[in-house]
Amino acid sequence: MSTAKSNKVLVFKLGLAVFVMLGFSYALIPLYKSACDAGWLEVNRIDENNPYANVNHNVNTSNTQVDKSRWVTVEFVATANDKMPWKFEAQEKSVKIHPGEMTNVLYNVVNPTGKEMTGMAVPSYSPALAATYFQKVECFCFTQQKLGPHESRGMPVVFVVTPDLPKDVSTISLSYTFFEVKPKSAS
Amino acid sequence: MEHGHDHHPSGIMRWVTTTNHKDIGSLYLWFSLCMFFFAGTLALGIRLELFQPGMQFMQPQTFNQLTTLHGLIMVFGAIMPAFVGFANWQIPLMIGAPDMALPRLNNWSFWLLPVAATLLVTSFFVPGGPIAGGWTLYPPLYMQNGISGDMTIFAVHILGMSSILGSINIIVTIMNMRAPGMTYMKMPLFVWTWFITAYLLIAVMPVLAGAVTMMLTDRHFDTHFFDASGGGDPVMFQHIFWFFGHPEVYIMILPAFGIVSSIIPTFARKPLFGYTSMVYATASIAILSMVVWAHHMYTVGMPVTAQLYFMYATMLIAVPTGVKVFNWLATMWQGAMTFETPMLFSIGFVALFTLGGFTGIVLAMVPVDVQLQDSYYVVAHFHYVLVSGSLFTLFAGAYYWLPKWTGHMYDEKLGKLHFWLSMIGFNLTFFPQHFLGLAGMPRRIPDYALQFADFNRMSSIGAFIFGTTQLIFVYVVIKCIRGGAPAGDKPWEGADTLEWTVPSPAPYHTFETPPVVK
Repeated sequence: MSTAKSNKVLVFKLGLAVFVMLGFSYALIPLYKSACDAGWLEVNRIDENNPYANVNHNVNTSNTQVDKSRWVTVEFVATANDKMPWKFEAQEKSVKIHPGEMTNVLYNVVNPTGKEMTGMAVPSYSPALAATYFQKVECFCFTQQKLGPHESRGMPVVFVVTPDLPKDVSTISLSYTFFEVKPKSAS
Repeated sequence: MEHGHDHHPSGIMRWVTTTNHKDIGSLYLWFSLCMFFFAGTLALGIRLELFQPGMQFMQPQTFNQLTTLHGLIMVFGAIMPAFVGFANWQIPLMIGAPDMALPRLNNWSFWLLPVAATLLVTSFFVPGGPIAGGWTLYPPLYMQNGISGDMTIFAVHILGMSSILGSINIIVTIMNMRAPGMTYMKMPLFVWTWFITAYLLIAVMPVLAGAVTMMLTDRHFDTHFFDASGGGDPVMFQHIFWFFGHPEVYIMILPAFGIVSSIIPTFARKPLFGYTSMVYATASIAILSMVVWAHHMYTVGMPVTAQLYFMYATMLIAVPTGVKVFNWLATMWQGAMTFETPMLFSIGFVALFTLGGFTGIVLAMVPVDVQLQDSYYVVAHFHYVLVSGSLFTLFAGAYYWLPKWTGHMYDEKLGKLHFWLSMIGFNLTFFPQHFLGLAGMPRRIPDYALQFADFNRMSSIGAFIFGTTQLIFVYVVIKCIRGGAPAGDKPWEGADTLEWTVPSPAPYHTFETPPVVK
């Protein structure tokens, strides 16, 4: 085989390898998803109190002792993500409660668009350490919310601020951000 | 191919249209030298701000832009093209080939680089300034950048394309263009290391291209690969990035191993000790580098089993690397050594690279890494392997082959001065950073707590010494091109590879009749 010809063959093979590897980078996504689904990437959480491990299963309902010696102000912040057209607000700006008291608040959400949409709310707390003491019994953020065209809904959050909340925390802000859940997402 | 005697267009068109491996090699080397000074100046900006605690000279955003662009340009614009420049000049000369196998492709792979560099450099002037999320481009931070985010993505695409084309060319040249009798196991080690590096590049550059393309579609075309609000996962980017990123660090060090393996035997006047083991060690490092990526991300959340695997696999790399270090030492053992500048830089490399390798083993340990992740200890580690590793060998190689390239001897006194000042400046800059990291100073911050002030001041002084010292190198190179003592075909007594059989300066066309290797 002449050099020119064998050069061509080799260039073709190496070029093919480049495209295979480019394909491989995209193949990593389903691979990553399978690895996640199979639990290979899950961290073994020993800390039962970690509220992020699994919000649904970590609510400790046995502790309902109310600490009437102090008040805690819980503020509610509601935001819709930039790309999310829903109108989203809390019915009350804030409530004053005792630690240990079971409390029920409502959020309003409206889908102003003419099409059915699905959304998911993601909570965050300020100060962040309050997250550990903020236990939700029921929350619209546990599941995805589907709203028809122009539908509106009142959504509940039932929560307890546990009495072991550090004494220096007197105000907790609970903030929800609504994101749109696209029907077909990457993974 | 036309066999005219030195017939080529003159002036700028010579360089734009050239398909000559020596011209293209020089272009690569000059380009990387410019980028080296540009990115080095950015680094001096970083050290200026860190000279004392408090905010002195710039906004935190600007500081982050400096660290990001310094990293990106040094990796993709300075170190990598410099090694490709050496490959262009030396591989055909070392295997007795008249030129690279694909000369026009070669021209194209070079001229892609200035385009990419322009995109990166001009991103300083677009609204919002250049990207500031670190050279690793992690989302979600990266997604929030303005237009410069897209410019960087395209720059990475173009740089990747250039590297891939260059690698294909190198592999084809090595496989098809060796002189008669030049069997694989007779190839100089520099050729071997580039051969393996080129395969690594072909394997991982497309993965980086894929990752940044996903980022681009996430930013503009409503995909959600890494966007958590749409069901994507930013941690997945880190996996994909480091699947590229770890082999990348070996891409920047394997050719350095090759250069050192050429220089040490020359100045020890002994054949390289353990040639075969060197070849196998290089190949093992390359293979292992593909399966250790997650040691860059122990803290993102991963089961203990996975952490243990990545820890042991990473530590395993120390074995072939150790083989190499001991081979270099054994080559020098009882050799008739002289200490010209290339040898000084090579010995400096062996000593300091080994130190950087050791801190790498420290960082490979999960419990230690969890403490040191994103601290200055990491910064010190990778500068020990990249500056005193890759960069020092680039200087060593430049001094070693300058007589062949220019036909003149360089100024030995200034060369030695360059080495010793670099050595002092480098260690003064980066050695204290180990202590900063151990004491808890995070990387990528423009301001720091008072207890870090002393070491930071030392580090900044060292950086300015190191930075200014590099001007000596430019002076020596220009002086050497302009004139100097004639070099002769073989200026180094102990050298025995093929490039020393052609005249100095190496004629425009060499080995048109292939030499016969016994």
